[in-house]
Amino acid sequence: MIRHLRISSRRHLPLLLLGLVAVTLTGCLDASQYPQSTLTPKGDYAEMVDKLFRTTLWLATLVFIIVEAGLLWAIFKFRGKPDDPEPKQVHGSTTVEIIWTVIPALVLAVVAVPTVQTIFETAKVPAASPDGQAPLRVDVVGHQWWWEFRYPELGITTANQLHVPVGRTVDLRMKTVDVLHSFWIPQFAGKRDVFPNRETRLWFTAKETGAFPGACAEFCGIQHGRMDFYVMVNTPEEFAGWVATRQTDSLLGPTGLPKPAPTPVVDSTAKAGKGDVVVAAAPAVPVAPAAMTDPKVAEGEKYFATKGCIGCHSLNSVGAPKGMIGPNLAGIGVRKNIAGGWLPNTDENLHRWIKTPQLVKSGVLMQVPEMTDAEVDALVAYLRTKQ
Amino acid sequence: MATSVLEQTHVAKRGTLASWLTTVDHKKIGILYGASAFLFFLIGGIEALIIRTQLARPDATLVSPEFYNQLFTMHGTTMIFLGVMPLSAMFFNFFIPLLIGARDVAFPRLNAMSLWVFILGGLFMNFSFLMNAAPNGGWFGYAPLSSRQYSPGLNMDFWVIGLQILGIASLAAGVNFFTTILNMRARGMTLMRMPMFVWTTLITQILVLLSFPVITVALILLMVDRTFGASFFSVGGGGDPMLWQHLFWVFGHPEVYILILPAFGIISEILPVFSRKPLFGYSAMVFSSAFIAFLGFGVWSHHMFSTGMGPLADTFFSLATMLIAIPTGVKIFNWIGTLWGGSLQFKTPMLFALGFIAMFITGGLSGVMHSVAPADLQQTDTYFVVAHFHYVLFGGSIFALTAGAYYWWPKMFGTMLNETIGKWHFWLMLAGFNLTFFPMHFAGLLGMPRRIYTYPAGLGFELFNMMATVGAFLLAFSILVFMYNMWVTVRRNVPAPADPWGGATLEWTIPSPPQEWNFTVEPVVAERDPVWAMKRAAGVRTLPEPTLDSGKGIHLPGPSWWPLVVAVGILVFFIGFMVKHSYAFPFGPITIVGFLLTAVGIFKWAYEAPDANAPKH
Amino acid sequence: MPTPPSTEDVSTMSSATLAHDETHDAHEGHHTSFPIDNRKLAIWSFIGSECLFFATLISTFLIYKDSHPKGPGPKDIFEVPLVTGGTAVLLFSSFFVVMALNGAQEGNRKKMLGWLAATIGCGLFFMGMQVYEFSHFYHEGLGYTTNLFGTSFYTLTGFHGTHVAIGTLWLITVFKDAVKGNLPPAKALNLELAALYWHFVDVVWIIIFPVVYLMSLRS
Repeated sequence: MIRHLRISSRRHLPLLLLGLVAVTLTGCLDASQYPQSTLTPKGDYAEMVDKLFRTTLWLATLVFIIVEAGLLWAIFKFRGKPDDPEPKQVHGSTTVEIIWTVIPALVLAVVAVPTVQTIFETAKVPAASPDGQAPLRVDVVGHQWWWEFRYPELGITTANQLHVPVGRTVDLRMKTVDVLHSFWIPQFAGKRDVFPNRETRLWFTAKETGAFPGACAEFCGIQHGRMDFYVMVNTPEEFAGWVATRQTDSLLGPTGLPKPAPTPVVDSTAKAGKGDVVVAAAPAVPVAPAAMTDPKVAEGEKYFATKGCIGCHSLNSVGAPKGMIGPNLAGIGVRKNIAGGWLPNTDENLHRWIKTPQLVKSGVLMQVPEMTDAEVDALVAYLRTKQ
Repeated sequence: MATSVLEQTHVAKRGTLASWLTTVDHKKIGILYGASAFLFFLIGGIEALIIRTQLARPDATLVSPEFYNQLFTMHGTTMIFLGVMPLSAMFFNFFIPLLIGARDVAFPRLNAMSLWVFILGGLFMNFSFLMNAAPNGGWFGYAPLSSRQYSPGLNMDFWVIGLQILGIASLAAGVNFFTTILNMRARGMTLMRMPMFVWTTLITQILVLLSFPVITVALILLMVDRTFGASFFSVGGGGDPMLWQHLFWVFGHPEVYILILPAFGIISEILPVFSRKPLFGYSAMVFSSAFIAFLGFGVWSHHMFSTGMGPLADTFFSLATMLIAIPTGVKIFNWIGTLWGGSLQFKTPMLFALGFIAMFITGGLSGVMHSVAPADLQQTDTYFVVAHFHYVLFGGSIFALTAGAYYWWPKMFGTMLNETIGKWHFWLMLAGFNLTFFPMHFAGLLGMPRRIYTYPAGLGFELFNMMATVGAFLLAFSILVFMYNMWVTVRRNVPAPADPWGGATLEWTIPSPPQEWNFTVEPVVAERDPVWAMKRAAGVRTLPEPTLDSGKGIHLPGPSWWPLVVAVGILVFFIGFMVKHSYAFPFGPITIVGFLLTAVGIFKWAYEAPDANAPKH
Repeated sequence: MPTPPSTEDVSTMSSATLAHDETHDAHEGHHTSFPIDNRKLAIWSFIGSECLFFATLISTFLIYKDSHPKGPGPKDIFEVPLVTGGTAVLLFSSFFVVMALNGAQEGNRKKMLGWLAATIGCGLFFMGMQVYEFSHFYHEGLGYTTNLFGTSFYTLTGFHGTHVAIGTLWLITVFKDAVKGNLPPAKALNLELAALYWHFVDVVWIIIFPVVYLMSLRS
């Protein structure tokens, strides 16, 4: 009886585990509940990887079942009693050993072929997007603990929220200003480490619009766990609108009226690529009248300069100097998240984040002076106007 | 000059602190390795429990991110260098001489020095917790995060210096066991008659000898960066962080086999005994172990697929890594072949050995999945890889080491661990282990990076993390059951026979626990599984209980203080490098004191007659 | 060259140190599985390990030899004639120590002591050369952390120099024993172990000299 129980529970445990594997394989996991999943690819690169992964997983599962079944069969069949006679003393069998050396080699060959194919397929950035345009170049810069995104062809800079148009290949060229990080967008591509002294590349073409989370995957210090970001996949029109807003927001004052001295819309450091897209300046996004008249906004603008924010943060998407210590805040008023891409961008959170950054994200490099709640509120109101 | 058994046992029984501090007996050293490594293992386990509690729920604030980073760094470092490696060393020390029919290792005092360097190095590393400065850069200490600029505290100094100290212990043991196994075998025990555990130990020592110098140099370069302001790995001065990754993994991948090969050996000893049938395909097992070790030096960059090495390098390291699956598969099939047609006896050691095979298959297959470079880009640095290496290191190494503990406990201590509690231990550990680590595969595939101190709600990580945390406590409970078993066994003290399992190897011919000189008459071996051959020749299933002997005329090296003195000197020497000083004279006063202590210790040791302190007539 | 294992040599059970062994007590002899003494096998395995140590250091140097954005580079400061002299001296010393060992095995005390003294002299000369070289480079403006070429050069040659120092110290210890008459032919192994290590240290330099000095000048 005891033996029977022992055997059956030994047998059931792997079956349970197999059930879980089956769930993975058949893709029964509800994609909406797992927005960072590698199992629901939304881009060409990730699809190639996923196809390869599934081939490997099926084979591995098959091997797992056969070998574990063999093991359990042996355990079940050859259980002995202490007073049984000595079993036949077998020392080995060359034939059998050759067979079980050759078979795994063949199975591995089946895995190796698509592996090498996929390695070479994913290695090169495609010359053109599926829609025929040249890939959109984005320079990614890792910082402790946030991500900077620069669009050299469009002359704009943003942080922690990467906007890309659906259907157009994105050509990422990545570096870090401090320690190693790893740029990971599970639904679009694998991950790629970033180095301070050499550029690494990654590319993907998004096939769906929406907001997709990504994260830093290489341990990078105290706040490695809070170095997230979002990829916002827009329709081409939305994207053009977003670009236009970013290209013109530096021309607008806090109240939404044009400033006297416009800044040139060209990033002098960017090299013009052959596929440069000239985005027509779209009309400025209308700013809510309430915000225009709110005296807190003007007050907040003052604090932004006098409380030291301006030393590390630029509010301009255009012509933002490289090597800025803090994230670019253009459009901060409408970003999904703050504090390195993980904290929902509510007034309350923004207030807490500005007032006590060390309590929200300990170890963060942001230094703030003592401020009253009213002062912080004014800053929040001001930042909220940055659309 | 000969020493009688009465005096010998008298000395042994007195068991003073001094007798343990000065011992050169490989069996006592083995026990000290085991006891200290088990303590470190418990510390590493507590670290794991805090980690799992923090991760049980999203946005938790049980520990600060800073402390969390210390916990996972020390958990990894501890389990590898202070847990699995020295637990294997316990078995090397206690059983290699017994398995090859020798009276001690080749260099008993060097062996004692290895032990003390290891213990002091382990204590030194854990001392960092008391200074609130435990290492916090991850167990592979990637540059430039580990540089002074980004890790200004003492934290990474403890790590850099602690690992160098531990490296000395490993290298000294490597030289010692390499020599012992090649040169101290009983008459007639040719290489191809050695028990499998001896083979995997020999290969492990070769891996230690060839891989530890590489990490030693890497650590020296990092120490030079941190202490003297050089820039081997910092970009500002022209250094390249990739160099650190290459050096680390040229060591780090063979290290994986240093952790698993002894486990292979233990399993290969246990399965035949409890199947009552010799190991299937002995030669294939030997050559596959050697082949695994050889390939292990050519695949280090598969830890670096995400660095973007280019398609040619990715292809090479992918295929080379896949190749390792072939000899590993041969091993698994041969173990099943050993069971096939046997008469299986499900004693506790056998249960753990079977659990090992079942779990290792999983870890091995997920390893093959990692060798697929493009897919690895999604899996590396996520909980999938965490699951993978725990299936290899816990489901593999720890299951095997536990199997070895149950198997060899009677020989080490002369009492039998309780079988009923042992079976509870096994089933709890198997359940706890799978509940902890299997869900991690899913957490990883669903996008959870490793080494994050918390995660936001809404990404779907909650369920799998909660499962893992519950499993971790179940696993911890199973270790408590094991400790209870040890306590009960010590309390009841039921004497064990010399050969409780019907063993095949030489250690079962001598009393449990063995007398200090192991073999009164040096054995002569004529074939593999020599004790089975003896029993078969005598037509019995167990040999008659050996009688205690006087040991008259047997000379053993006497105890010595100098290995301990040298170990302390080495510790002090290295501590000196934690203090920043000018490069014009790189040695501070602490370093000089440590150097002198080491030098004096070595000279005194060299000129001390080996039996200077041995009991005399 | 290999000495037959003598019955008096009992290092299998008793010797715990590689540096020097003073065992004369009449322990029973233990056979060794291979016809090689334990201590010699241990030294060989240690040398194998050391090969990887120096291979890693030399690789690091080769990676960084051209990294000297500020401060002098190899072409600016290397003085090949001086180092060639040091290399020659070290090469000769390997021959000297073979002669000393030959003397020890023959029981020719005078021969042994003379050649041993010459070997030690070579070791001291080489160390002196290195001290001179380092201080010369330092005055030329190459500090330890001036540039990566300097750091990796000093680290590599410094570690080699440390090995030479340890080897010389070891040989001096053996010399002291020999003077006291504690190195009869039966214990020539004590010298042979030191000599093995010494040969290794020389061989490493034979690699360092062309790879570090000559190749750096060429590029």
